[in-house]
Amino acid sequence: MAVAQGIASALSRGRTWLERERVLAPALVTPAVAYIVLLVGFPFLFALYLSWTDATTGNPFGRFVGFSNYVLVFEDPVASRALRNTFVFTLTAQVAVMVLANVLALALRQPFRGRGLVMFLLLLPWVAPVSLSTIGWLWILHARFSVLDWALRELGLLPPGANMFWLGRPELAFGAVVAVHVWRMLPFATVVLLAGHAAIPKDFLDQAEVDGANLWQKYRHVMMPLLAPVAAVSLLFGTIFTFTDMTVVYVLTRGGPFDTTQVLASLAFFKGIVGGNLSVGATISLLLFPVLLVAAVLVLRAARRVEVGW
Amino acid sequence: MSGRVRRRILAVGRGLLIGAFVVFAAFPFAWMGITAFKQNADLYNPQNNPFWFNQPPTLEHLHYTFRKTQFARWVVNTALVGLGVVTVTLLLTVPAAYSLARLLGRWGERASIAIFLVYLVPPTLLFIPMSLVVTTLGLQNTLWSLIVVYPTITVPLCTWLLSGFLRGLPRELEEAAMVDGCTRLGALGRVLLPLAVPGIVTVVIFSFTLSAQEFVYALSFVTATAQKTVSVGVPADMVRGDIFDWGPLMASAFLASVPVAALYYLVIERFVGSFTLSGVLR
Repeated sequence: MAVAQGIASALSRGRTWLERERVLAPALVTPAVAYIVLLVGFPFLFALYLSWTDATTGNPFGRFVGFSNYVLVFEDPVASRALRNTFVFTLTAQVAVMVLANVLALALRQPFRGRGLVMFLLLLPWVAPVSLSTIGWLWILHARFSVLDWALRELGLLPPGANMFWLGRPELAFGAVVAVHVWRMLPFATVVLLAGHAAIPKDFLDQAEVDGANLWQKYRHVMMPLLAPVAAVSLLFGTIFTFTDMTVVYVLTRGGPFDTTQVLASLAFFKGIVGGNLSVGATISLLLFPVLLVAAVLVLRAARRVEVGW
Repeated sequence: MSGRVRRRILAVGRGLLIGAFVVFAAFPFAWMGITAFKQNADLYNPQNNPFWFNQPPTLEHLHYTFRKTQFARWVVNTALVGLGVVTVTLLLTVPAAYSLARLLGRWGERASIAIFLVYLVPPTLLFIPMSLVVTTLGLQNTLWSLIVVYPTITVPLCTWLLSGFLRGLPRELEEAAMVDGCTRLGALGRVLLPLAVPGIVTVVIFSFTLSAQEFVYALSFVTATAQKTVSVGVPADMVRGDIFDWGPLMASAFLASVPVAALYYLVIERFVGSFTLSGVLR
């Protein structure tokens, strides 16, 4: 033991350190990297493989069928609708999130009494499990017992005994899905923007004040340029989360009524997992990938700008 | 004088604005809480004012949730999966983050960004091949399927977070320990890890809450009611046939979501801070 320690300390002083690090460095990273390659890299390649076969749960390896699944998916009106919905939901929700988050962050910028509690309540939609919080919405939007319907009836905007059927009518169901996405992503965008606000040098704002700038001018000419890179990062994250989400649609509408609120992720689930059509399910999932790739590249770019910005 | 009045109006306006956002954010949770204590006769009468207890509050739904459903079982399952995922995540993340932060130099930074990008790969892209992997391993309908798969979400995020955290700690302390005769791993264990406790706690909380929140993989791999976690059990199995039992449903959703939310809230600032202030590229 003493000998071993002696050798170790001798080694530690010698130039052999470099060699030990050469062994140690990869040895410590390898388990994590190997795990990621096996359980992310391999399934991804497997998804590509499945999309070129006619695999089903009964025959998980299937036969090679070329690009016919892709053709099938693009010719399927439900899948086309899901593809369009995915983009429209994401775009609508993100525009609303960006506008609202900017307003909210501006209001929350300065400290006030009870800010801690307010922040916790505001963050609830983001930090609570989305499958559970969406059930809360399901009850709020209930066909017969919706609290919103009750309020509309009391205000005289809805005749007595009538209901809106929020999730039963395509245009309202569409609005409901977007609203829940906005509700969920808003806290995240807000805290990110608040972090951006915190990093704006106070001198800039003081100087603008001295120069007689009003709130809008301060926002437009001082804060907005400095917040832009942070806002870009939050926008990209929000886009990725909303674009690839299936939970909100699954819990709220199951893609209905009549598949009008189906998105790629939920449709892939119904075809691939529920219906057992692995190849078509995998193909629909993979349609998410190009957008993810672009978003990832943009995240890197935006992040680089953030770093330079500080 | 008019300046003071204007400032006053501005402050009130700001208060109202924040109040409106708070109501928007918290209303579904408040609604769950209220519904959980209302009698069925009160809930299912569209004439009743839903904001009011038209009949005395009841604990009936809570009793039902704990006695007649598998809710308690799902909570235990969620905790077990969470503990498993935390263990796997720590075992993989701590050595990797150390190596990325201290041993691999410039390459370590690049590699940790590459690993972070894996976090952006969503479950909805991989769940179909992943379900085949789970079946092949013979893990379908077990908690193990989730313990094996959830680290695909937690490891990339936590490796990146932790390596950023370690990079922020001064190198000199370990170097001093090594000059004093510690081996490199000894310096890691005795000097660096104790300093990294806040970072490691963040990793633990993150891994736990992310596994408690996850829905897509859990819905895909586990169909047996007794093996479900809370995030899937409540939305999928609290429903009897086509009948939604709103009282117990809201009671269980409220009881399960608020603790997870509180736990996640503890670490959200660190997450946000990591990629805004230091940038994803740090």
